[in-house]
Amino acid sequence: MIPEAGHFALILALSLALCQSVFPLIGAHKNDAGMMQMGRTAALGQFFFVTISFICLTWSFLVSDFSVAYVANNSQLALPDIYKVSAVWGAHEGSLLLWILVLAVWTVLVVRYSRSLPEAFAARVLGVMGLLSVGFMLFTLLTSNPFDRMVPAPLDGADLNPLLQDPGLAIHPPMLYIGYVGFSVAFAFAIAAMLGGDFDQRWARWTRPWTTAAWLFLTIGIALGSWWAYYELGWGGWWFWDPVENASFMPWLIGTALIHSLAVTEKRGLFKSWTLLLAITAFSLSLLGTFLVRSGILVSVHAFATDPERGIFILTFLGIVIIGALGLYAWRAPSLDSQAGFKPMSRETFLLLNNVLLVIAAGLIFLGTMAPLLVEVFGFGKISVGPPWFDIAFALPMVPLTLLIGVGMHTVWRSHPKGTLQRKLRIAAIAAVIAGVVVPWLFYGATGPMVTIGVAAGVWVMLAALIEPTRSLRRQPGTPGLTRSAWGMHIAHFGVGMFTLGVAVVMAYAIETDRALKPGASVNVGGYDFEMRELRDAQGPNYTAREALVEIRKNGSYVGSVRPQKRKYLVQQSPMTEAGIHVRWNNDLFVALGDPLGGESWSVRIQYKPLIRFIWLGCLIMAIGGLVAMTDRRYRRVPAAERQAIDDASKGVEGDEALA
Amino acid sequence: MTPRRQRMLAVGLAGAGLIIATVLTLRSFEDNMMFFVSPTEVAAGEYPADRTFRIGGLVVDGSVQRVSESLEVAFLVTDRRCEVPISYTGVLPDLFREGQGVVAHGRIEGSDGVFVANKILAKHDENYMAPEVAEAIAAHAADKLATNPVAPCELT
Repeated sequence: MIPEAGHFALILALSLALCQSVFPLIGAHKNDAGMMQMGRTAALGQFFFVTISFICLTWSFLVSDFSVAYVANNSQLALPDIYKVSAVWGAHEGSLLLWILVLAVWTVLVVRYSRSLPEAFAARVLGVMGLLSVGFMLFTLLTSNPFDRMVPAPLDGADLNPLLQDPGLAIHPPMLYIGYVGFSVAFAFAIAAMLGGDFDQRWARWTRPWTTAAWLFLTIGIALGSWWAYYELGWGGWWFWDPVENASFMPWLIGTALIHSLAVTEKRGLFKSWTLLLAITAFSLSLLGTFLVRSGILVSVHAFATDPERGIFILTFLGIVIIGALGLYAWRAPSLDSQAGFKPMSRETFLLLNNVLLVIAAGLIFLGTMAPLLVEVFGFGKISVGPPWFDIAFALPMVPLTLLIGVGMHTVWRSHPKGTLQRKLRIAAIAAVIAGVVVPWLFYGATGPMVTIGVAAGVWVMLAALIEPTRSLRRQPGTPGLTRSAWGMHIAHFGVGMFTLGVAVVMAYAIETDRALKPGASVNVGGYDFEMRELRDAQGPNYTAREALVEIRKNGSYVGSVRPQKRKYLVQQSPMTEAGIHVRWNNDLFVALGDPLGGESWSVRIQYKPLIRFIWLGCLIMAIGGLVAMTDRRYRRVPAAERQAIDDASKGVEGDEALA
Repeated sequence: MTPRRQRMLAVGLAGAGLIIATVLTLRSFEDNMMFFVSPTEVAAGEYPADRTFRIGGLVVDGSVQRVSESLEVAFLVTDRRCEVPISYTGVLPDLFREGQGVVAHGRIEGSDGVFVANKILAKHDENYMAPEVAEAIAAHAADKLATNPVAPCELT
C-alpha cells in the first residue's frame, strides 16, 4: 500500500511538474500574470508530492518491506537504521528519486526567494526547472521505478553494498546531488534570460548566490567522496582519477570558472555570453556526470547496451537539454555586446586567465575520461588512461593558476595603478619562495622541483589571502572593512592554498608500502615502528571481523595505536577492509589488513601521509568562503531604484493592456 | 583596452594555452595509455613487449600459491582457453578470489612468460566481472562452439 502511494505521489508530482513548466512559460510569453502565478503553486505542489514519494520509499526501507524489489536488493533486516535510510539512495533507482527531491527543494527555494525578480523572468526560471523535473520523473517512472514490487517477496534482503555502509558515504551523494542540481538554477536563469532577452548586470547579481551555493555543496560532496575513498577503500589514496570522480570534478571546475566569470559580468557587464555558456556547460556536465555514472557506459560501452532502454532515454534527454540550450544560445547570445574596456593589468584580465585555465583543466580531464570510450567505440581496442597522465594534465594549468591567484585577488577593476602590487605582495612572495626551498629540506629531508613549486604556490596563495583580512581586522574603528563578498573570496582562496600545499607534500613524501606482519613483530616505515600486538575476532551488527591491534612508536616513544579490521559481511559474504588511521594535524599513519599469509602472519598495508588533512580541510575552507560570500547583503536587498524600475515595468505592461 | 583587442587577447591566450597543453598532454597520453590484452593474445605473443599493459581473466581454481609469510603470490588467469602465470608482491584486493575475475597491470618480464603485476584490481561486487574479462571469456566460448574449433592453447 505505502509503496503504491509513493508511486502514485510521484505520478501526481509529474503532472504538477508539467503544469509548472507549461503554464509559466506560456504565461511569460503572453504576459498573462495568472498563468505565470501558476508556476509557483505547481512548484509547491510538486515538492509536496515528491516529498511524500520519498518518505514512502524511506518508510519501505525502515520497515524492511522486501516485496519492493529495490528494498530487497539494497537492504537487510540486520542493517542499522541509519543505513536503511541512506540505502534509499544506495543504488540507481533511489538516487534518481533523491535527485528529483533535491531539484524540488531548489525549485521551492527559487519560489521563496524570487519575489523581487521580474514576474516574467521568475516564471521562465520555474518553467525551465519544471521541464528538468519532468525529464527526470519520466526517466524514473518509465525505466527505473524504485516502487516496483517483487513477487514472491524474499524473506530477507540482499543487503546494502558493504562499501556504502559508512557515515561518509551516507551523506556524500546528497551533498554531491545538491551541488549538481544546484547548477540547474544557474542553468534555468541563463535559459530564462535568453528566452526573455533581459540579460544585464542584475541577472548576474541574481545568479551569483545560487551558483555559489551549488558550488559549495559540490565542493563538500567531492571532498567527502575523496575522504571516504581514502579510509574505506583500503588503498589509502585520496583521488584516483576514476571516471566517476572525474564526472563530478568537471562540473566543479566549470562551476568555479562560472563563479569568477559571474563576478565580472555583475561588476563590469563584461563576459556576458561567456558567462551564459559556462552556466549551460556547468549544468550539462552535471547531467552528463550523473548519467555517465548511472548508465554504466563508463565501465564499458557494452554495459550501456545491456540496458538499452535507459541508455536511449538518457541520450535523448541529454541531447534535448544540451542541443536546446546551445541552440538558444547560438540564436540569442550574438546580440549581447558590451562596450566596456579594461587594461591588461586589471582584475578583469586575471579573471579571464582564471577562466581560460579552469576550462583547459576541465577540457583535459574530459579528454582523458572520454578517450577510452571513443577508442573503443571506433574499434581501436581497449585502452585505459592512467593517473600519471591526469596528474600532469591537471598540474599544467593549475600551477600557473595558483601563482596568478595571489596577484589577481589584489588587483582592482578596469586598470590597476602601477607599483602598488609589488609593495603589497613583496613579503608574501619572498616568504613563499623561502618556504618552497626550505620546508621540504627542514621537515622531510629531501626536495625536488615539483614539491618546491607546489609548496611555494600553496604558501604564496595562503599568505596573499591573509593580507586584506589582516588589514581589515586591524583597521581604525569607523573605517570600512571588507565586504562579506571579499571576506568569502579571501577565505576560499586561503583554502585553495592549503589544498595545494597538502597535495604537494602528500605527493612528494607519502610512503606506501605492503609488509608481512604477525603478532609480536614490528616494521619500520617512515621512521615509525608499527608493532602488531595482537590479532582477535570482533563482531558487528551484520558482520564478523578479524581485528589487529597495532601500536605505533617513534624512537621508542608511544605515538598511538590503531585497530584495522578485515570484515566479512554476513549476507553478501564479501570481505571489506576497515583501515586503522592514526590522525594528527601534520600526518596520517594508515594501517590496513590485507590477507592472511599462513600462520599468524598477515599482509599489511602501511602508509605515512604527511599533511593529507590539509587537502580536505582546504576544501572545507573553500566551501566556508563560498558560504560567507553568498550571504553578502547586496544579494538580499533590492536597491530602491531597481524595485521602482521593476514596478514601473509591470505597471507599463498593464498600461499597454489597457490601451489595447 | 578596446573590446576588440580584449577578445583578441582572450582568443590568443586560450589558443596558445590549448596548443601547449595539447602537445604536452598528447605526448604523455601515449606513454600512459594502457592496452587490454586477453590471456589468449598473450599466449600467442600478441602483446606490447616493451611497456605495461592490462590483462584480465578468471583466477584459476587452486592456482594461487603463496610463499609462506611473504607477500609474494603467484596464480594463473584464464579466459577459459589459455592460462597466463602472474606474479605479484603486495596486498591483494578484498574481492580477489579463486574462480573470480581480476584485472592486472604490469608487463611480461624475462623469457619465462610470467606476467609481473604491479597492480591487481578486483571489482567490489561479487557478480560483477570486469567487462573486458567477460568479453575475453565470451569470445573464446564462441570459438569453441564454432564448426572449426581453434587449436588448444599452447603456452610457451
